[in-house]
Amino acid sequence: MSGDQVIVGLEVHCQLDTKSKLFCGCSTDYRSDGPNTHVCEVCLGLPGSMPVLNKKAIEYAMRVAKALSCEVLEESEFSRKNYFYPDLDKAYQITQYDKPLAEKGVLEIEGDGGTKKVRITRIHVEEDPGRLVHMGNAERGRYSLVDYNRAGIPLIEIVTEPDMRSPKEARKFLNKLRATLEYLGVFDSEKEGSLRVDANISIKGSERVEVKNITSYKGVEKALTFEVTRQKNLIRRGQPIERETRHFLEARGITQSARSKEQEHDYRYFPEPDLRPLQVRSWLTGIVLPELPDARRERFVQQYGCSENHARTLTGELRLANFFEQVVAPDPAGLSAVAATWVADTLIGELNYRSMSIDRLKPAAFTGVLRLLKTGEITDKSGIEVLRIMLDQRLKGEACETAEEIVARLHLAKTSGDDEALRAAVREAIGQNKKAVADYRAGKAGASNFIVGQVMKMTRGRADPGELNRLIAEELQKGG
Amino acid sequence: MAGTLTFSPDDRFHAFLTTCRKTEYGDGPLCGIPVAVKDNISTKGIETTCASKILKGYIPPYDAHVVQLVRGAGAAVVGKTNMDEFGMGTTTENSAFGPTLNPWDDGRVPGGSSGGSAAAVASGMVPMALGTDTGGSIRCPAAFCGIVGLKPTYGRVSRYGLIAYANSLEQIGPMADSVANVSKLFSVIAGHDPRDSTSCARPYAHEPSADIQGLKIGIPNEYFGTGVDPSVADVVRKAIRRLEELGATTVPCSIPSMEYALAAYYVTCTSEASSNLARFDGIRYGPAADSKKAWHEAYREVRKAGFGPEVRRRILLGTFALSSGYYGKYYAKAQVARANVRADFLRILESVDVIVGPTMPTIAFRLAEKSDPLSMYLSDILTVPANLAGIPAISVPCGKSDGMPVGLQIMGRHFEDERVIDVAYAYEQAVSA
Repeated sequence: MSGDQVIVGLEVHCQLDTKSKLFCGCSTDYRSDGPNTHVCEVCLGLPGSMPVLNKKAIEYAMRVAKALSCEVLEESEFSRKNYFYPDLDKAYQITQYDKPLAEKGVLEIEGDGGTKKVRITRIHVEEDPGRLVHMGNAERGRYSLVDYNRAGIPLIEIVTEPDMRSPKEARKFLNKLRATLEYLGVFDSEKEGSLRVDANISIKGSERVEVKNITSYKGVEKALTFEVTRQKNLIRRGQPIERETRHFLEARGITQSARSKEQEHDYRYFPEPDLRPLQVRSWLTGIVLPELPDARRERFVQQYGCSENHARTLTGELRLANFFEQVVAPDPAGLSAVAATWVADTLIGELNYRSMSIDRLKPAAFTGVLRLLKTGEITDKSGIEVLRIMLDQRLKGEACETAEEIVARLHLAKTSGDDEALRAAVREAIGQNKKAVADYRAGKAGASNFIVGQVMKMTRGRADPGELNRLIAEELQKGG
Repeated sequence: MAGTLTFSPDDRFHAFLTTCRKTEYGDGPLCGIPVAVKDNISTKGIETTCASKILKGYIPPYDAHVVQLVRGAGAAVVGKTNMDEFGMGTTTENSAFGPTLNPWDDGRVPGGSSGGSAAAVASGMVPMALGTDTGGSIRCPAAFCGIVGLKPTYGRVSRYGLIAYANSLEQIGPMADSVANVSKLFSVIAGHDPRDSTSCARPYAHEPSADIQGLKIGIPNEYFGTGVDPSVADVVRKAIRRLEELGATTVPCSIPSMEYALAAYYVTCTSEASSNLARFDGIRYGPAADSKKAWHEAYREVRKAGFGPEVRRRILLGTFALSSGYYGKYYAKAQVARANVRADFLRILESVDVIVGPTMPTIAFRLAEKSDPLSMYLSDILTVPANLAGIPAISVPCGKSDGMPVGLQIMGRHFEDERVIDVAYAYEQAVSA
């Protein structure tokens, strides 16, 4: 293990969720509209246009700076980063260089060895470039189109110190950062393309490699895991690790060396002469931070009696935490325990399986399922079936039934002891499974489980397991 | 009363790149006055090229702030005037569409880069025009063509819509046949514009006054030193004596940082230009890039064919000055020198009200006289300090040398454009009386 110490630092770019762009009044809500429909002379970089700073974007970035305990510079400034590329309409990006908005912060994460403070090097604000759409495939593209709708969307760049020690820690950092930004109301992680990450990774004692172009939370862990293996293999073979930039190819799960030419950029930074220096430190006092993930997690433990793990999962995403609180709101005392388990353990998995946002499910609908579970009207197994039907109906855009309606339509109500249908099913199962019955009589433990399984199959999970066991025992004894 | 103006001048000095035959105008302080606009100022619906092939065919979809204001004041924008390509020059010979000639002597240049605007006014085609001044581009052609030109205090006029050459130095300003008309046009264009973050809420509503009794004038040695034509210096000294007769007192002074002013200016303006002009890539406007080529090859071709030699030279210089390893040596140093120039001017302006000297060291050059770039750059020495310091400066005709007009330059404190206008007005009134 020694000498294999992994060192990771991240540069995270997130789109700030403002209504208008960073330097003009164009709307940022471009995703459902046609190309080049959210543009003006400023974000198209037409000759003579000038940037006017969107104060809201700076206020959002200041919230982040405060939440991450950063020092805000007395005076920061915007600079031009000069390079040619068709998606960059002015041929320079307005960003911050040697005088960023804030520096020296910290974000606490649940690291590999317990709680850990990841140091934040700097936070700055910059504009997003446009987007190229390649027609044809990558090898033999016929031509490319440029969409400037994205040009000028405000980005916040958060740079960490090399404080993470594994790809998993990097992912945890990102998750925590995402949650924090969402709690601050400045970021929406569900918007496509709202996150981009560059990661620096090295094995202690070797050169550092920069992996660019990571666009998902999972992608960070995947890209870094690939790099750890690649770099360790090189070391094992006694080959040097080159200091280089690599691109992450998400679809293939690998990193690929960027051509060295791309590394030779000289961005010729200089202060943006069309914007005045920023003096916003005094804004800090006016910023009141909302409840952040750590505080909310502790509250979930206190207020709802959640386990540490459930509380961490539930508060790890703003939408999830809000959903949980809305679900239990009608009856916190009665629903909290069952809701914590069902949201954290079941619902998340079902949503992930469908790549579905939790926004699609109304908390009240889910409360309906929990009530039926809580009162014992349906079994856990039926609960899952009801939930799946609900999610599928929403996914397909079909009419949405309530939990009660689904239960009634599919006769999922739990059978009770004096249910003759259940007794009949037990009798049928006993009649059809002579061998299991013989084993039971021979005192073989577990033989009755087989019959339980058969009856569950026949009743599609509606039978209350306790009742069922009692009935089976009763019927088997009768037969004896 | 609103109306339509027919404009069909005999443009024998090639002052205009575009003229509008019929122009509607509205009511207001400039009602019906034909105003020419330099071709680096965006005009909605009228081709705007900066006298460059790379912008041939570019029709802006929006008006520059000053054009909105001028139109709003009732003026008729009658055409776009010739200039050195992107404002890079002192003669208007660097226009991709041919030089403008000096109305006083068509074998000479009108000065630059706002040479078209100056010639349009000097030849009587329009009474007033908009120019831009990055390092003297309003004052030089005003001096060479015998008209009045004001470079306002930096921030006093919105640059929104001005196709940037060197953002931190340049200002749009009025050029006219009289100080009164400069003042009139200035009152329309000055003031805050939220779209230009460097513009200030300092509108101009001033009637020029010829009373300069008690005015203190600083006369810097450097403005009468080597490189300044003795006969031009004589004309200017005579003009200064006239100001003394009007009740002003003069004090000799010195601006030691002038030694570095040209270097600071050229490093700063070429650096900014290299970035500003990078967007001209043939993708969005102007002559189109060859889409069958790789993008960087197509860019290279478009830019090579589209920019003239002086523009290419300045892009190269600026790119070099900003390069890693050279930034500290050039750009950063230029900013220090610039701060020193500014400090020197502000220090002198604590004890005097205005600083006065020649606008240009010589009279208008003969066409093609300045063939090497360096000697051309040197002729900007008396105008660039005002841009580096951000202070207002006006050029007013003050006599002739060799039959050609000479300009008297008056520089003042930040946001005291009123005062430099008054001094120019006092002189103009005195000599025309």
